[in-house]
Amino acid sequence: MISRRAALELQDGEVVNLGFGMPMAVVNFIPKERNVVLQSENGCFLFGPTPRLGQQDSDVANAGSMPITLRPGASTFDFATSFGIIRGGHVSSAILGALEVDQEGSIANWSMPGRSPGMGGAMDLVAGARKIIAILLHADKSGASKVMKQCSLPLTGKGVVKVIITDKAVFRVTPGGLVLEELVADLNVEGLRSITEADFTIAPDLCEYRLA
Amino acid sequence: MSKVVTLNQAMEKLHDGMTIAIGGFAGVGGPLKCLRKIAESGVKDLTLICVANCHPFTVAEFDVYPLFANRQVKKFITCHNGTNPVAMEQSRKGELEVEFFPMGTWIEKLRAGGAGLGGVLTPTGVGTLVEQGKRKITVDGKEYLLEVALRAELAFIKGFRADPLGNIEYRGVATNTNPTIAAAADYTVAEVNEIVAIGDIEPIRVGTPCILVDAVVQGYTLAEQEAVFQDLWTRGGILK
Repeated sequence: MISRRAALELQDGEVVNLGFGMPMAVVNFIPKERNVVLQSENGCFLFGPTPRLGQQDSDVANAGSMPITLRPGASTFDFATSFGIIRGGHVSSAILGALEVDQEGSIANWSMPGRSPGMGGAMDLVAGARKIIAILLHADKSGASKVMKQCSLPLTGKGVVKVIITDKAVFRVTPGGLVLEELVADLNVEGLRSITEADFTIAPDLCEYRLA
Repeated sequence: MSKVVTLNQAMEKLHDGMTIAIGGFAGVGGPLKCLRKIAESGVKDLTLICVANCHPFTVAEFDVYPLFANRQVKKFITCHNGTNPVAMEQSRKGELEVEFFPMGTWIEKLRAGGAGLGGVLTPTGVGTLVEQGKRKITVDGKEYLLEVALRAELAFIKGFRADPLGNIEYRGVATNTNPTIAAAADYTVAEVNEIVAIGDIEPIRVGTPCILVDAVVQGYTLAEQEAVFQDLWTRGGILK
């Protein structure tokens, strides 16, 4: 559901990087008519959906080392070039999985107490991509809000996120704070406030959570 | 003079306490046969430079996984450790030292190491834990971190084809970290799917020129490699 909603964020003609984990699934939800150039940080442009068994190539995989397909016009390149493209500001949007986000647009996604898997390519993406979209579950398993006033975990980037997409809502990050733009049908604004630590205002055109 | 050697000969430079760099990205474009041999060799106290730990669907003998399972690695210089539960546990207990760098920084440190640079200035990591202990330099009003060069004593990379001179051709998205690592080591072993005659690789398709490669070994053929990954990806449920 979150990946499906995140795919709608991508505009025609954009150059987009999909991060490790949940974002990698976004490729399977991009509307066919939309012309989005996907970058995989391990070194390719213009990749397509997961191949069917028998169609895969062992030398063609994404940032999670899972098989992908290359579309006509695709290019492959080495890692230094790939991260030069990312840091150099040539990627328009990046979709990153997050552990926490906050109302100032900071994101934490690489380290927890007692468990530090590493930052991978996320810090370069937040330093270089022009629009960062953070996707995450609204709350952790115990129900604690992951959309916070201030991130508690080590940051991946400070004040870099433009859009937050959870399984409950979509927020835009503005200089004035978070603005609620979409909300799932089975929750009202008060219900959302009760499960959200961060402060937010409501967009005049607040609508139901879009999946298409 | 041919640089083609056997897998055993390729291990002759390997010894305890060395700093080694491994090409590839979580197995894809990785020197899988050399890695198995390193695991079997029992060499220990390694400082391992590798962009990420093993593939998420890894099994016991695949990729860098056994180097951690056998406790052959003392220090891991990487960007991601989370796919290997054994390494995560060793790190949590303080038995394995893990030094993290953002991927773009990690590859630039190696590029600098291979290119005679002292380091690079990058904006990545400013304002995060990554900046701790590093010099900050302001250029035209923007803050950068000074990240110093990184080199290995021995590197194992993976290419598609090699000729006996050591020219390497890469294939697909499996190029990844390999050409950068090839340049950043004192001695570089290239494992390839095919060894072809001199002249068979068009000059424009040489991804790593032969002067950066010291030894060439025959790895899995492309067909064998396809079978290895089909098994991995099918078992993990990603290929249906």
